[in-house]
Amino acid sequence: MPDQSALFGAEASLASGDVDGVFLFILAIAGFFFILTQGLLFYFAIRYRRKKGEEAADTPYITGNQTLEVIWIVIPSLLLVAIFAYGLFVFIKMTTPIPGAAEIQVTASQFQWSFKYQDGRTSVNELRLALGQPVKLIMTSRDVIHSLFIPDYRQKQDLLPGRYTYLWLLPKKTGTFDIYCAEYCGTGHSLMRATLIVMPLVEYDNWVQGERKKLQAGTLSLADRGKALFESSGCLGCHSLDGTPKVGPTLKGVFGRRVQLADGRSVRADEEYLRASIVEPNEDIVKGFQPIMPAYRATLKGDDLAAVIAYLKTLQ
Amino acid sequence: MSNEGIATTQPQPDYLAARGFRSWAFTHDHKRIGVMYLITTHFFFLVGGVIAMALRLKLLSPGPALFSDHAYNVLFTLHGAMMIFLFIIPAIPSSLGNFFIPLLIGARDVAFPRLNLYSYWIFVVGVVVTVASLLRPIDTGWTFYTPYSAQSSSAVTALSLGLFLVGLSSILTGLNFIVTIHTMRAPGMSWYRMPLFIWGMYATSVIQVLATPVIGITFVLLIAERVFGVGFFDPAKGGDPLLFQHFFWFYSHPVVYVMILPAMGIISEVIPVFARKPIFGYKAIAYSALAIAFIGFLVWGHHMFVSGMSTPAAVIFSFLTFFVAVPTGIKIFNWIATLYRGSISLDSPMLYALTFIFLFIIGGLTGLFLGSLATDVHVTDTYFLVAHFHYTMMGGTIMGLFAGLHYWFPKITGRMLHEGWAKQAWWLIVTGFNVTFFPMFILGMQGMPRRFSQYPEKYQPLNIVATVGSWFLFLGILIMFANFVRSLRSGARAPDNPWQGLTLEWSVPSPPPVENFEEIPTVTDWPYGYGSRSRSGRDE
Repeated sequence: MPDQSALFGAEASLASGDVDGVFLFILAIAGFFFILTQGLLFYFAIRYRRKKGEEAADTPYITGNQTLEVIWIVIPSLLLVAIFAYGLFVFIKMTTPIPGAAEIQVTASQFQWSFKYQDGRTSVNELRLALGQPVKLIMTSRDVIHSLFIPDYRQKQDLLPGRYTYLWLLPKKTGTFDIYCAEYCGTGHSLMRATLIVMPLVEYDNWVQGERKKLQAGTLSLADRGKALFESSGCLGCHSLDGTPKVGPTLKGVFGRRVQLADGRSVRADEEYLRASIVEPNEDIVKGFQPIMPAYRATLKGDDLAAVIAYLKTLQ
Repeated sequence: MSNEGIATTQPQPDYLAARGFRSWAFTHDHKRIGVMYLITTHFFFLVGGVIAMALRLKLLSPGPALFSDHAYNVLFTLHGAMMIFLFIIPAIPSSLGNFFIPLLIGARDVAFPRLNLYSYWIFVVGVVVTVASLLRPIDTGWTFYTPYSAQSSSAVTALSLGLFLVGLSSILTGLNFIVTIHTMRAPGMSWYRMPLFIWGMYATSVIQVLATPVIGITFVLLIAERVFGVGFFDPAKGGDPLLFQHFFWFYSHPVVYVMILPAMGIISEVIPVFARKPIFGYKAIAYSALAIAFIGFLVWGHHMFVSGMSTPAAVIFSFLTFFVAVPTGIKIFNWIATLYRGSISLDSPMLYALTFIFLFIIGGLTGLFLGSLATDVHVTDTYFLVAHFHYTMMGGTIMGLFAGLHYWFPKITGRMLHEGWAKQAWWLIVTGFNVTFFPMFILGMQGMPRRFSQYPEKYQPLNIVATVGSWFLFLGILIMFANFVRSLRSGARAPDNPWQGLTLEWSVPSPPPVENFEEIPTVTDWPYGYGSRSRSGRDE
């Protein structure tokens, strides 16, 4: 079997091999018809070409052929039914629940992915799975339509507001894989990406234990609490922490920075500036960005606001 | 053949003789109305093309470059909306259809000339409203999916109104053509003696009349949703965002056949003329146009396999989708069979017609991957879809349009095109097109989603190839248009029948007189009687 990863990307899940099988089956049939039709097209165009300036040759008066018409209706129809049936078979297999699958809740919002595991762990823009362990993603959107797409898994499913859709995944390869949003969702659509990390089962269990300990420790610092709020409020959808501007400005080193505003003013980002920019973000727009951030006046109050600002201060 | 155009001039003035704004703005002449559509729609083709060049330029770099993500999203929305609604849907039917349906069936005008003029002006008002609404940036994509379109820029309301008017104009034009084809054919022109372009336009008009009202209703619902807050598509109010997609594709899928069927009609005219052979399988080609129009109404759900639509629905839509491939295949096989033992002259109209077949085969075969459920899940909403769409629409419809423009330019303008320029442009267009769009199939298979203003670096090399290809494509199109403009002034005078065609438009002077036919001709044979009948018999 030739290595298809160059064309399709890695075969990283149960579905990838099946889907590639259908792909190659169609490619074989399409390839046959491609060569047949293009071959005849080029052959006829060259073989029966009239030389420049030559009078049109005496051509035969052929107007059709019943047998040929029947042949090129019946044979393609049969092949099309075969393609349909094979595609259907694999599609049904992909959308059939895998027994014993662990459930993970996925919530998409402009422009980030949130994952919630059965034991209460949550993560943003990072999905961790154990090798060979099936999972069922139960997915919904908080705003517009998104689509969770894992190219190496050959799987994709739209997420809609107000209802659940599902994906069944069975990782077959360890490593790091891309998750994209495949349904256009607004300004930050192309940056709405997440990482899928697949670990061997033992390593995965260790990681889960560690995460649980952190959760149970309970006494979180103000900044740690701010970090959790920051992630669950969707801030990462538009703001990076590594210095690259996304839909909104990066928050790396934001505290104490001089900020150039769209109206020409320049201000220093102190606690009050950060507070105002969270509760009423469209009052002061940073130069070069759109006034599209929702106001968090109703969602982040008092201590929570202080916690988020404390966290922002740590991003140096 | 030498310049005989002048020698055969009729006493009647040609349709271009009258001068002045009013002679155009208030004309009832289907030919003038066709020319006005031609100019209006091609203006948007050029604007949409310039926008496409800007998009490709940005995609040279995977990161933030050139302009913002928001600007990119606005520009791809503009590119799609202009190319689809203001160019490719009306381009062939309203311009070449208007000009040539009466000429090909031996009529002096369409059935309702005044309605035809109104249709044009409704179209213009629609275009003005649409363009005015676009001054306030819209970034929904040309598909306007709710709920995003229900909450983004308020200009969506004005845009919907503009497109509603453009749609109304198409409905009226379609109606006009159906009546014209039914009632105005010259004596002796039975249905099976009609040129295949007329069959294609007939099937197209039926779709226009039946499907366009649905998008009109959809736009009205979208306006109601935005202005009055009615929750048709809003789950918070008990609505369903998928309902919008069903409405949208119920129109927008059949409408891809509005785009392609007229082009297929042109190919069926050009191939026999330049191969000097009767069209192979006339009835099969004619009926397959009707079959495509009919099945085309039953497959809209194949745009929605991963949308959250139920599995049984997806299965049925996939099954039906494969049956659009059969009549399409019939046409391809018959065109190729027409070439067999022909005497093929590779003039520019024929080059574009053969290019249509070459590219449309690729577009059609790649459709199989999108029609099959399992593979669609992977490649839908990726660059594979973008490539497939452009191979069928640009490689198909637009190459068919180019074939038609080169074929009929002498009849429309009374001037011949410069063949050398035409071939230069053709080389650049064919090469540039494939270098631009073929890499996108691979990008899509590797998982690059469409509508990405920034993308992972691993996709950069093929994006660079595509962008470089787009420069050649664009240059070729500019040369082609330069040839049109140049030949209007300095092209050789066109004879009545430069290609020795047998359809009726070639029996009148170039450009045709106002009334088309001095005397309505009586038709005694089908229009594809090329070749020598003594050498083999007609088997039908």
